[in-house]
Amino acid sequence: MIESRTTRVVLRLCAAGTLAFIYFPLVVIAVYAFNENISQTWPIEAYTTKWFGVAWRNEEVRSALLLSVKAALGATVIALVLGTLASLAVSRSRFFGRETISFLVILPIALPGIVTGLALQATILNVLAPIGISFSIWTIVIGHATFCIVVLYNNAVARMRRVSAFLEEASMDLGADGWQTFRFVTFPQLRTALLAGALLAFALSFDEVVVTIFTSGAQQTLPIWIFTNFARPRELPVVNVVALFMIIVSIIPVWLAQRLAGGTGLAADRPREGSVAASIETQP
Amino acid sequence: MRGKRISLWVALGLLVGALSVVAAGCGGGGSESSSDWQVEGLGSTIDEIQANAKNEGQVNMVIWAGYADKSWADAFTQQTGCKVSTKDGASSDDMVDLMATGAYDGVSASGDATLRLIAKGDVAPVNFDLIPNYADVYEGLKGQSYNTVDGVGYGVPHGRGPNLMVWSNDAIPADNDTWAPIWPGTDYKGKLSIYDNQIFIADAALYLKATQPDLNITNPYELDDDQFNAAVDLLKQQRPNIGEYWDGATYAKQVTSFKSGEAVVGTTWPYQVNLMAAEKPPLNVTAKVPKEGTTGWSDTWMIASKAAHPNCMYLWMNYIISPEANAKVAEYFGEAPSNAKACDVTSNPNHCEDYHADDEAYWDNVYYWDTPQADCGDDRGEVCKTYEDWRTAWTEIKG
Amino acid sequence: MTSVSSDVEPPPRGGPGRRLSTFFFSHSRARLGGLLALPLGWMLVIYLGSLFLLLLASFWDTEPFTSDVVRNWNLDNYRRLFEEPVYRNVAFRTISMAVYVTVADAVLAFPLAYYMARVASPRSRNLLVVAVLTPLWASYLVKAYVWRTMLGEEGIINWLLAPFGLDGPGYTTAGLWLAFTYLWLPFMILPIYAGLERIPSSLLEASADLGGRSVRTFFKVTLPLAFPAVVAGSIFTFSLTLGDYILPGLIADEQFIGTVIYTDRGTNLPVAAAFAMVPIAVMVVYLWGARRLGAFESL
Repeated sequence: MIESRTTRVVLRLCAAGTLAFIYFPLVVIAVYAFNENISQTWPIEAYTTKWFGVAWRNEEVRSALLLSVKAALGATVIALVLGTLASLAVSRSRFFGRETISFLVILPIALPGIVTGLALQATILNVLAPIGISFSIWTIVIGHATFCIVVLYNNAVARMRRVSAFLEEASMDLGADGWQTFRFVTFPQLRTALLAGALLAFALSFDEVVVTIFTSGAQQTLPIWIFTNFARPRELPVVNVVALFMIIVSIIPVWLAQRLAGGTGLAADRPREGSVAASIETQP
Repeated sequence: MRGKRISLWVALGLLVGALSVVAAGCGGGGSESSSDWQVEGLGSTIDEIQANAKNEGQVNMVIWAGYADKSWADAFTQQTGCKVSTKDGASSDDMVDLMATGAYDGVSASGDATLRLIAKGDVAPVNFDLIPNYADVYEGLKGQSYNTVDGVGYGVPHGRGPNLMVWSNDAIPADNDTWAPIWPGTDYKGKLSIYDNQIFIADAALYLKATQPDLNITNPYELDDDQFNAAVDLLKQQRPNIGEYWDGATYAKQVTSFKSGEAVVGTTWPYQVNLMAAEKPPLNVTAKVPKEGTTGWSDTWMIASKAAHPNCMYLWMNYIISPEANAKVAEYFGEAPSNAKACDVTSNPNHCEDYHADDEAYWDNVYYWDTPQADCGDDRGEVCKTYEDWRTAWTEIKG
Repeated sequence: MTSVSSDVEPPPRGGPGRRLSTFFFSHSRARLGGLLALPLGWMLVIYLGSLFLLLLASFWDTEPFTSDVVRNWNLDNYRRLFEEPVYRNVAFRTISMAVYVTVADAVLAFPLAYYMARVASPRSRNLLVVAVLTPLWASYLVKAYVWRTMLGEEGIINWLLAPFGLDGPGYTTAGLWLAFTYLWLPFMILPIYAGLERIPSSLLEASADLGGRSVRTFFKVTLPLAFPAVVAGSIFTFSLTLGDYILPGLIADEQFIGTVIYTDRGTNLPVAAAFAMVPIAVMVVYLWGARRLGAFESL
């Protein structure tokens, strides 16, 4: 290591401080979920677990949860297909629009959500409604899929850089056609990156509220339910419980993605030791 | 390569542009009021409606906070099989926007929303024969300019109430009777809690009506240039003193602010006053209508012209003006009920008297929220500021 | 360990699947087109098409009473954006906040990212990455609301600062800045971490060998190499602050670009659309600059 001892100690302190800063509000949320009182003042006077039962019995919460899960699944599947297709195109061909594709795919997530939401809602109201299509789970899914594509795309492109094109050519030399090559050579190497991306896309869609407000009409995903209810004093305790639940639930896909893909799950990662691809890459 | 890239962008642009222009051309059309109460899917007799409602199983509404509390909504669900799902409208604008999406079945609209909803064709007229409880509604609420157009009724009156001034007794004496503390020239910088919508300009106009009689303001919603500019100036002077804005979706923060002392005076609805009184311990505040008069509301339940669950909506409209439910919501929110029979079943026997349910003379001095239009409605002609002008001014005032 | 199964038969020579595959192999453009058709079609029609519609709407009018959009081509909306001072003020306020938040996030994120990338052991590195990623997926809305609770007069921040005789920022612009910084921090940490991780140790060692002390190495070698990653992270912090419409009203009661657009979304869509072009333009310029600085490699 080239850093001096002091530097390392200072860095460790800063890191700890930043982490503490990050987790502090989450701990506060968790604590408030056990708050007996409806009002949100601090310090908390009495603790209870009754709100967990109340939240579970709340039918609106359950249907919101179901809608969120369904929408997230739909969005993830679409993003998976579209992101993989685009990444295959970009990784294996040299064409003049390559950078444009990357730019295009990142736009939905780089432009502010309100712009995307406003644009999509304007389309739904002015183009789709007159032909009879109204707000439904599909409008939600389309909105989410549009910015989930980039997560899958980035992961796939990063992984495709490690998947040697020579392998695919070798496969075809041995008689496999394009589809077989994809199925037996390319896809197995892509698999974990796609899975990691899918998990992240799921989490992204599950938590989304900024665009969903515009694309959901009267439907309530779980974040929309929170948005509708966190200003209603009597619902506040249930909102706290739902919040804690969302935090815990989101840990699972993230942890899984991390195990699968290594690295950040968002960017380039190393292929596993001993794989054919790794051995080929070390060749000059 | 460069040339190819440029032509790629041009091609993309043209393609997208062409698609959009086509799409834009297809979409939308003029809107016109619907004069047909026959919303698609609605039964034509009460029995049919009740049967259809069981199939619908749900009703989605945009409401003012507190209008569909579980204590009476659950009973409705049990009786009819329709689950109640609501969204608290932040303001009348918000309600009109939400109704424009076509995703909701109905709305409890105030006068600054009703006429626009009707003109946009987003709400359908109501067939009062299918709403038995309508017969018991106070005559003074039927056939009003805000819920009836060309003799066609568009909604079921919900109830009415005044906007109140609320203050913390520690800061202002309980016997205060004027709006002056919320206007410039007093000492509550950063401690004001004000309603966040352009309709509040009417409150400024009302104050000017009393304090600057030479402006000749008679109706706070019909303001010509001079009157409007005076009101806007007053509001711009008030702006630095405002500690927080609240609206129909964030009303709870007003209760918290008064509790913590961050706000000591402001405008409010009786709903928040009730919430403040329900705190443990109850907040030491006073709320009343000052001598300069006040704005208020008379709300109407309306059904969306493309409601997905029209039968449940009709049943709700009938239910909410039934004596028991109307009494409950009137007491819960703090307003005058629309059904005379509700007065017999309120838990506080004096509720209707306290809230002037039958006292039309009282309501002559409460200026219900109304939609400003260019036509002043008097001999000034068409010089009054429109709703659009009010909207723009409010954005400017907030800065 | 990947392997091709040894009992896979190649498809028959003249079979349709094979012919299709051969066609696509030899006609790379067709293959490209086939692959790109769906994703590109989706992005163009659904996303860019909607944005373009929004752009069109910004040149139209509203009917003052019903708020219906009237297809009257004009530049009034843009004229209003330029003439009314309030829009300039709101835009300035929003962009400044975005800058402050980005700077604060970069300052907070860098030490942690550096620690994770270069100092921590591989095992703690994994743990730290999970630790940083997790809050990213905790609901944005919930975090926003808990900040409102914490910043309140009787909230936890004041309670913590009281023994020191200090007052928390409360519901002010400072409080808003704090909340924004908190919310977008993970978006900044991850790209910087990825960027720092990619710097080969050999470079830093070489710099040390050539006589550079660690501070000098940091400023002359590490920072310039990590800068694109910082820019990559800043894309998110900047964009998210620019368009947020929930937090400003919740915490500071101030008008930001997002809140103005949101309020006007139905009652005056053309003006909202015109004002929406401002963050779009800002972000397109920002993205273009970011790309020039090489940030896209770090995303």
